Amino acid sequence: MSVSQDRPAAEGITLLQAVTEALQEEMARDPRVVLLGQDIGRKGGVFKTTVGLQEQFGPLRVLDTPIAEDVIAGAAVGAAMMGLRPVAEFQFADYIFPALDQIVSQAATVRWRSVGGWGVPAVFRAPCGAGVRGGVYHSQSVEAFFCHTPGLKVVVPATPRDAKGLLKAAIRDDDPVVFFEHKKSYRRYREIAPADEVIPLGVARLDREGRDLSIVTYGVGVHHAREAADLLASDGISVEILDLRTLIPLDHEAIARTVQKTNKVLILHEANKTMGFGAEIAAFIGEELFMDLDGPIVRVAADDCHLPYNGPEEDAIIPSPAKVADAVRRLAAF
Amino acid sequence: MTSLDTEKPAAPVNAAERALLRRIYEVLLLSRAVEERFWVLSRQGVASFVLTPRGHDVAQIASAAAIRRGHDSVWPYYRDMALALALGLTPFELFAGSLGRDCDPHSGSRQLTLHISSPRLRIGSVSSEIAAHLPHAVGAAYASRVLGDDRVAVAWFGDGASSEGATHEAMNLAGIHQLPVVFFCENNDIAISVPHHLQMPIASLAERGPAYGMPGVRVDGTDALAVYRATRTAVARARAGLGPSIVDAHVPRITSHSSQDDDQYRTPQEKAAAEARDPLPKLRAELLEFGLLAPGEEAQLQQAARARALEEADRALASPEPAPARARRWLYAGDPPHPELARLEAEGIGVGPFDDLDLPS
Repeated sequence: MSVSQDRPAAEGITLLQAVTEALQEEMARDPRVVLLGQDIGRKGGVFKTTVGLQEQFGPLRVLDTPIAEDVIAGAAVGAAMMGLRPVAEFQFADYIFPALDQIVSQAATVRWRSVGGWGVPAVFRAPCGAGVRGGVYHSQSVEAFFCHTPGLKVVVPATPRDAKGLLKAAIRDDDPVVFFEHKKSYRRYREIAPADEVIPLGVARLDREGRDLSIVTYGVGVHHAREAADLLASDGISVEILDLRTLIPLDHEAIARTVQKTNKVLILHEANKTMGFGAEIAAFIGEELFMDLDGPIVRVAADDCHLPYNGPEEDAIIPSPAKVADAVRRLAAF
Repeated sequence: MTSLDTEKPAAPVNAAERALLRRIYEVLLLSRAVEERFWVLSRQGVASFVLTPRGHDVAQIASAAAIRRGHDSVWPYYRDMALALALGLTPFELFAGSLGRDCDPHSGSRQLTLHISSPRLRIGSVSSEIAAHLPHAVGAAYASRVLGDDRVAVAWFGDGASSEGATHEAMNLAGIHQLPVVFFCENNDIAISVPHHLQMPIASLAERGPAYGMPGVRVDGTDALAVYRATRTAVARARAGLGPSIVDAHVPRITSHSSQDDDQYRTPQEKAAAEARDPLPKLRAELLEFGLLAPGEEAQLQQAARARALEEADRALASPEPAPARARRWLYAGDPPHPELARLEAEGIGVGPFDDLDLPS
């Protein structure tokens, strides 16, 4: 089975299909890989990321659970401790909070509190992000809640190729991984994603080289940054884009390299600004790279507000390529 | 529902059950001796925090005898000291944890006392959060189904934990898929200070069983054989692919919730009622009745248990504390296992108190 069989392989796959292919290939490779979540079976997931997998692997390995996030995560923890490689799906990142206890207080602590006796090789997947007119309960970016917890790894892919390679790495990882997929990236474009590519966690990707200024970002921010960089090229501003790919572990060296190259940095994410992951990146740069800076560290993030359903109101809250471009112009002129 | 306290203890029907009763009694005496030592160490200010299984102990030991040690997975909570001893863990290990010693193989003394863990015995790491381990047990039972083995998962928890949402979600999922898991409630009628009627609007957690698609049975938790048989039935059902069960064992909590709790919220009458249900004299009388304990033999057994507890506590006291720099180890995969864990792993599951008995498995 291949989800991209309806298209020539040369055209590549969407991020959504990349997730499906990663799951399918990992399940075929390793019989210990199982999926848990509501609607992932017969329906194939609310976003169709698991379509066809129950047909191929059966209702036991693709377990349609009741809508009960605490036990979806908790059963994944117990199953992982007993030798499986569970991938738990939450329908929206907004609904991961009932599972927060299991992910943050249980999955993240088991190895540490058992002095290495037990591990939890589980993946917790959730579609995240705004810009799709989903309202407050279908739009949040919640990665910072998890980045604050030692013991977890946190992944936010931006591109189809990365989504596939990083999800494979997450499934093979011996630690719990929280994996966010931005809904607005699901069908954004197609990209060739090699079948056997496993992209290591903790390694950022230089998305675009530039001279004048660096945008450090992840997830949908990469797409905003690309569009902004295109807009700015006509102004003669050359922007470098660093896609972090994984927030934990964080690729400090890659951040240092780009800051030392361009000496100006803008941090971009869609989550709320206050206590967002950008604050951590800014603090790192402030502590370790202060002498490399030729301007203030600038953050572009969502306003500290809940996300409205109404389109213009939502747009007013979240970052956009135009907002990024404005901020870049100001920083470039500094 | 009739009071279970006044019912006559179940009588052994064969030699295996007679031997089991006697062995449960021996583990019980060891548990009491270890517990006494814990309290002394606490009073001396050496151990900061003590949790006690007194009153729950017979139920813990008898239920442990119903599982395949090292094969079935065990999901205990923080009061399960007697259960730990019944599974073959040593008093030394328990003291090492309580005294904050490096050689504690459960958490390297990162966690509070009695937060046991043992991969080789398939004992999940105990968390202070009540009920969080019930979903883990269900996940373990699901893993058995996927892997096609016949391991059963058993979760022990208190009546307080039964109020948590995690308990509902765990039982519901287990019931839907008829997973091989046993929910064993040590129901002492009081969650720290909140009594049964403010914890659940029903007489027994067992009543919830049918609503989750599984049998629920209430059992007198001071009756060793009754607990053993009820748990065995539930474990056998699970192993045979017949699904999950709830065992609600009615036990007394004879001491305070912990050494940090003054127990002033209970009336003298309530405390006396709990003490009157102490399973130890009940089991002793039963052993005497069936000729399984010679008059005067108890003193010898008790003395031996106390000597062992003292010796192992002293040995734990003499062990070094962990190096502070070690605190960040084992956050992620890759660090070599704790040396004590590695040593125990090489030893295998060791010998348990019931291993040589001819119990049905």
